[in-house]
Amino acid sequence: MSLKYTKEHEWVRVEDDVATIGITTYAQEQLGDVVFVELPEIDAEVEAGNEFAVVESVKAASEVYSPVGGTVVEVNEDLAAKPGLVNEDAEGEGWFVKIKLADPDELDELMDARAYKAYVDTLS
Amino acid sequence: MRYLPHTAEDRAVLLRAIGVSSVDALFKDVPKGKLLPGPVPDLPMHKGELEVERILSALAAKNIPAGSVPSFLGAGAHRHHVPAAVDHLIQRSEFLTSYTPYQPEVSQGTLQMLFEFQTQVALITGMEVANASMYDGATGCAEAVMMANRVTRRSRAVLSGALHPHYRAVTETQARFTDFEVVSAPPAPDGREDLAGMIDKNTSCVVVQNPGFFGHVRDLSPLATACHAAGALLVVVVTEVVSLGAIRAPGAMGADIVVAEGQSIGNGLNFGGPYLGLFAAKEKFVRQMPGRLCGETVDVDGRRGFVLTLSTREQHIRREKATSNICTNAGLCALAFCIHLSLLGEAGFTHMAQLNHAAAVQLAGKLGKVKGVSVTNDTFFNEFTLKLPKPAAQVVDALVEKRVLGGVPVSRLMPGGGLDNLLLVAANETNTEADMDAFTKALSEVLS
Amino acid sequence: MSDRSQAHSAGGRPTGGTGDVAPSLSGHRGLSMEEPLLFEQGRTHRSGVDLPPVPKVESKLGGLGRTGEIGLPGLSEPQVIRHFVRLSQKNYAIDSGLYPLGSCTMKHNPRLNEKTARLPGFGDIHPLQPMQTVQGALELIDSLADWLKKLTGLPAIAMSPAAGAHGELCGLMTIRAAHEAKGDPRKRIVVPDSAHGTNPATAVLCGYTVDPVPSNERGRIDLAALKAKLGPDVAAIMLTNPNTCGLFENEILEIAEAVHAVGAYFYCDGANFNAIVGKVRPGELGIDAMHMNLHKTFSTPHGGGGPGSGPVVLSAALAPFAPLPHVVHGPQGFRLIENPDDQVNGTKAFGRMKTFHGQMGMFVRALTYILSHGADGLRQVAEDAVLNANYILAQLQDDLSPAFPGPCMHEVLFDDRFLKDTNVTTLDYAKALIDEGFHPMTVYFPLVVHGALLTEPTESESRGSLDVFIETLRGLAKAAKAGEEDRFHQAPRFTPRRRLDETRAARSPVLRWRPAAPAEAAE
Repeated sequence: MSLKYTKEHEWVRVEDDVATIGITTYAQEQLGDVVFVELPEIDAEVEAGNEFAVVESVKAASEVYSPVGGTVVEVNEDLAAKPGLVNEDAEGEGWFVKIKLADPDELDELMDARAYKAYVDTLS
Repeated sequence: MRYLPHTAEDRAVLLRAIGVSSVDALFKDVPKGKLLPGPVPDLPMHKGELEVERILSALAAKNIPAGSVPSFLGAGAHRHHVPAAVDHLIQRSEFLTSYTPYQPEVSQGTLQMLFEFQTQVALITGMEVANASMYDGATGCAEAVMMANRVTRRSRAVLSGALHPHYRAVTETQARFTDFEVVSAPPAPDGREDLAGMIDKNTSCVVVQNPGFFGHVRDLSPLATACHAAGALLVVVVTEVVSLGAIRAPGAMGADIVVAEGQSIGNGLNFGGPYLGLFAAKEKFVRQMPGRLCGETVDVDGRRGFVLTLSTREQHIRREKATSNICTNAGLCALAFCIHLSLLGEAGFTHMAQLNHAAAVQLAGKLGKVKGVSVTNDTFFNEFTLKLPKPAAQVVDALVEKRVLGGVPVSRLMPGGGLDNLLLVAANETNTEADMDAFTKALSEVLS
Repeated sequence: MSDRSQAHSAGGRPTGGTGDVAPSLSGHRGLSMEEPLLFEQGRTHRSGVDLPPVPKVESKLGGLGRTGEIGLPGLSEPQVIRHFVRLSQKNYAIDSGLYPLGSCTMKHNPRLNEKTARLPGFGDIHPLQPMQTVQGALELIDSLADWLKKLTGLPAIAMSPAAGAHGELCGLMTIRAAHEAKGDPRKRIVVPDSAHGTNPATAVLCGYTVDPVPSNERGRIDLAALKAKLGPDVAAIMLTNPNTCGLFENEILEIAEAVHAVGAYFYCDGANFNAIVGKVRPGELGIDAMHMNLHKTFSTPHGGGGPGSGPVVLSAALAPFAPLPHVVHGPQGFRLIENPDDQVNGTKAFGRMKTFHGQMGMFVRALTYILSHGADGLRQVAEDAVLNANYILAQLQDDLSPAFPGPCMHEVLFDDRFLKDTNVTTLDYAKALIDEGFHPMTVYFPLVVHGALLTEPTESESRGSLDVFIETLRGLAKAAKAGEEDRFHQAPRFTPRRRLDETRAARSPVLRWRPAAPAEAAE
């Protein structure tokens, strides 16, 4: 399926019942060079709208809120050595976690690409 | 007023440029009636340099400087010889009157020094990384416990009974407010205690001082093994950092975090402050460390340079989620430490440590022969505990009458524990044989 | 995602280089010397000290002697002196020029202070000497305490905190202890969004949650928003006054009344006390506790980042809970109360903040400064500091963009509206100021205005020095508007190092020197 977005600038892509989550290209541009990503542990329970990761640039630290709830099944280990992946490919290689969905209906709350772009346009 | 450049005419020109008639117009936001019409009452007016110096000198003259008499005090503060070059260099304007290196291009001096300081601290403690300093050893100790709590996600610290009582009190105070648990072993004047037996599932760390408050030197490796088996960290406290030149480094014994009072190197007694907290840890815990960190990088021209780094741990960015609220550290004291240790070098540092140990062994030999006095330690570095036939506080007061500063009564720091007859005595490279003989003679007279 | 700071727009990776100067053969550039690390110069067996031979004794180390090398370099005294002198020459300092770092108060540090602090009767006394041998030291602490209490109009003081943030911690611990004594520690601390980061960090260390309250369009706390936050679970408000926008909180009496009405305490962050010392007594404004940074208001040197000292004055209600030690005066002279069981006059100290009794070396310097100025001179200090900041504001209001209308107090806050459409950021502007021979002002703080430039000249600057500074700021603003981008993007050009790659430093931290060989030297 295609990506869905939040107003806090996270994206989510669902395959079967597993959601891959990261921050948007717009978000990484705002942050500047990402230097560290603090990720949750495998099996951690995450609730929609709650903080599950922290992304750090040189002079800012930002919480990342989960668009959906569920159980963490995988984290992007590559970010430890190469946090710059978030800048280079935010909506691809720079993904943060994979979560096994608790309630797929939560996806309905999110924006599609067109709605998100319109939202970002209102910010600048 | 010699420190204020403006003349009355200057002030008038500035006021005109601003467009107000008096300086009080600039204080118009102060609520009515709260702006003082004149100087604060009951306080004297300004004075010339000579007058001020006279007042301060008179106050200073009421004290007995430790260097003016045979002096044997330790217990967390030590009087060592500091080369003249140290005080000269730290008074250079560019070090003394600069601020935290927020603008690295005009602060490479301070930053390179901090990088060297961090390396020195890591080397002597046997740890992988160190920060740019804390306020002092005790506050560093409390910070180390909170760091261990974050790393292990547990909330109970076990403190040795041979931990300096002020370090324990500062850590307990922090625990009471930040809401974690601290369990302290009873005072251990014989250097023996079963800390491993006090570890439970929620224990984040065991804090142990080496050499201990009573002077004992211990092998901490078995305790490190016990900590790690239980998923807890070993925090090692060093209150006499010169000891690291002679005894096995905490890192080599399995420490996860080392905190130390760095005053002994480069810094004077100063009646207890400012001192210098050293803070070192294993590299994998670096993002949970408190305090400033200096790191190496390059500039746009590709030349090596230094910056403050990993700042997202800190209060000015992370605010309520910071690892600590610390902002100012002990920069100039760290500089003094760095210069003194540079002068000593490997050979000087280890040599000085051996001199300290030899002085203490000699003094223990002399004092142990005084009637009614026994040395309680089987091991020590440059400080040991004497058992006296009467309360140590009385003995120390009587020694003052004989112009000897004869150590620290244990009861001053651990009152009410039945330890009244114990006296902590330190010796080092500053004590001559004549000092030791004067102390021995005075003690015999006081006890006879 | 929520940003905690707008400063990221400034950080990160610099771009471009000039390379317009042919390098020297040695790497040095005239008086600007390249200096390798200590560890790249030393030889193990050399030393800068001469020590006597070690007497033969029986070791008491219990077989735990160090084995193997530590890895420290050995240098002679001239090598060490040259190393650190060369390092010092890479630093900017107040002694070399105007240092307008807002909220840090880089004022002149009189050298008499250094001399008195080094008198053996202060510098060479042990903290645990018998009290009859340190009566002058205790008297000095008591005298300084007396001055600070009278200057603030508050009846009690805790002297031991080691720095400003440590003083905040002490103040909040005192407040929590006072609430606990009444049976309820309460839950929240209200902190304005313009506060220094230490305020929220400190509140959390005291077991409280932080409840931010917004500033209004006048750069002051929004009184209505504050009142809406107040309730029976609020333990205290932490308010900086003058605040971090350089403004006096003109509704402070109403704030105090509202805070007290819900049984909460008023903590004032006294970082900016230098603006009002001798002019206003905070105790008369309803403040219950306030720390003072002796290294700001009372000129103890900043030393490249410390040591500081942060005594906290307290109201009568909070006084009994102040931490140990206390200095008391009795028939036997001055005495330190160091242990809980020795307390007199019904005090119930909440605990202990640090080893021993406080930053004595800083106390001597601060008292020396205070005696030199006297009550009249301290008042003049505040007036001149405020006068100088307002002069800068008045001279530059058309060239830069003041965040708020004046008058300001001791510092003036500009935002980056004057750089709009110039392709020059606050950071670029600050770096260009370095090339002009000035230390930059505080940038990107406070967070409540965009691209903040917080400028504090202090009372130490002459009219001539202010005028040169003002002309430079104006000239740079004009250059930015005229499109001279290179001047800014290449800056600084004339410093020992140019812009540094902070991204690289943070992505793969190198926090210490390591020998080229993989072997770990330390044992």
